[in-house]
Amino acid sequence: MTHIVNMQGLNKYFGQLHVLKDINLTVEQGEVVVIIGASGSGKSTLIRCVNGLEEYESGQLTVDGETLLPRGESQKGLATIRKEVGMVFQQFNLFPHLTVQNNIMLAPMKVKETPESEAASNATRLLERVGIGSQADKYPSQLSGGQQQRVAIARALAMEPRLMLFDEPTSALDPEMIGEVLDVMRGLAKEGMTMMVVTHEMGFAREVADRVIYIHEGQIVEEGKPEDVFDNPQNERTQSFLSRVLKH
Amino acid sequence: MDFQFQFDWQAAIDSIPFLLKGIPYTLLISFGGLLIGFALGIFFGLLSINKRRLLRWPATTYIEVFRGTPILVQVLFIFYGLPDLIGGPIDPLTAGIAAIALNSGAYISEVVRGGVQSIDRGQSEAGLSLGLSRSQTFWSIIWPQAFRRMIPPLGNQAIVSIKDTSLFSVIGVGELVRQGQVYIANTFTAFEVYFVVAIMYLCITLSLSLILRTLERRGVAST
Repeated sequence: MTHIVNMQGLNKYFGQLHVLKDINLTVEQGEVVVIIGASGSGKSTLIRCVNGLEEYESGQLTVDGETLLPRGESQKGLATIRKEVGMVFQQFNLFPHLTVQNNIMLAPMKVKETPESEAASNATRLLERVGIGSQADKYPSQLSGGQQQRVAIARALAMEPRLMLFDEPTSALDPEMIGEVLDVMRGLAKEGMTMMVVTHEMGFAREVADRVIYIHEGQIVEEGKPEDVFDNPQNERTQSFLSRVLKH
Repeated sequence: MDFQFQFDWQAAIDSIPFLLKGIPYTLLISFGGLLIGFALGIFFGLLSINKRRLLRWPATTYIEVFRGTPILVQVLFIFYGLPDLIGGPIDPLTAGIAAIALNSGAYISEVVRGGVQSIDRGQSEAGLSLGLSRSQTFWSIIWPQAFRRMIPPLGNQAIVSIKDTSLFSVIGVGELVRQGQVYIANTFTAFEVYFVVAIMYLCITLSLSLILRTLERRGVAST
C-alpha cells in the first residue's frame, strides 16, 4: 500500500486554541476521502496542513514521500509537495487579472517550465474536460460561480497532481451550480484521482467517498465506509451531526 | 480714489515665452523625482510589510520622517544643509529632484503597502498551492493586481508632487514659479503672470489626469 498522505499524532494550534488534536490519518493512492463535520471543527485546517498552507505544531506528516516538518523547521519538502498536490478553494481564488486560459497556463509555465504551446494545448484540453472549452479567452469575473470553480479545478489539474484537495468546493455556489462542479469531481474520482474532500454535500460523500471521516472539535471521532458512517454511526456526536444535516 | 483694475491681456501673452522656459525644469524635477520616488516607494513599501520586524523598522522610520516633515524644510535642508556635511555644493536641480524623490517615496511606500495588502489572501494561497515560489506568487499574481489598484493614488501623488516643485523657487531652480518671479521683477505684472503660471500648472496636471483616467479604464476593462 502506498500512503500518499500519512499524518501521525498531528497537533495544530491557533494561539491558545487547539484546533487539531492528535490526528492520525492515512490516505492511499486512488482513495477518495471525504471529511465532514460542523463548521469550526477543524476540517478545512486539516486539509490545509497537507500542502503546508497551515503549519502544525507537533506530530508527523509525510505527503507523497516528502516530509513536512512542524512550524519553525526548514521546509525543504514543501516545494515538491505543492507541485504534486492540487487544491481547490471555497472561494475559487482564480486570478482575476488573467484570462481563463492564462489562469491554467501560469503554473505549468512558471513551475515546470512547460513550453507555452504545450501549456496552451493542455489548457484547452482541460477546459474541454471540465465542460467549458468555449470560455478560454474570458476573464474569471465574466463566468458564473460554477464555471469559475470548474476553471479552478482545471487550473489545479494542469500541474498533473498526484493528490487533489477540495476545501468546501461547492459552499460558495448557488444551488443550481453545485451539480456541475460535483459532476467534474465525480469524473475525477472515477478516473482514479486521489482526493481529500471537505464538503457539506452528504449525497456526494455517500456516493463517491471510499472513506468518510467525521471531525468534531479537532478530533477524528468516526471513520469508515460511507454506508457505515451514514447509516450506522457509532459515535453519538456523529449521530447528532448527521441527524441535523440529513434531516432536510 | 477711483481705482479700477484692468487685466492686461497683452502682458499675459508676452510673458508666455519666458515662462515656458520653466516648464522643462518643472517636468524634469517632477517626473525625475517621481520615478526615483516610485522605486523608493516599492522598496520601502514592500519592506514595511515584511514579516521580519527588524526589516520593517527602517521602512517605517523613513516613511514617518519624510511624510511628517514639510517638503520645503526637506529641500532647504538638502540644498543648504547637506553641503556642510558632504563638503561641497549641491546644485539646485539635484536638490529638487532629491526632495521630490524622498518625499513622494514616503507617500508611495504607503500606497504600495495599501495596494499589496488589499489583495485577498486567497490569491497568494492559490499561487503557493500551485507550486509557485513566494516571489513568483508575488510578482505574477499579487503585484499586477495591486498595481492596478495603486494607479489612482499614484496619480494623486504625481499631481501633488508636480505642484510641490513650485516651492523650489526658493532654492533658485528656474522652474515655472521662479521664472514668473524673475519676469515680474522686471514688468510688475504679478496678476497676469501668476495667472498664466497657474494655467500652465493646470495644463500639466489636467493632461496627467486624462492619461491616468485612460490607463485606469483600460485596466478595468480587462478585469
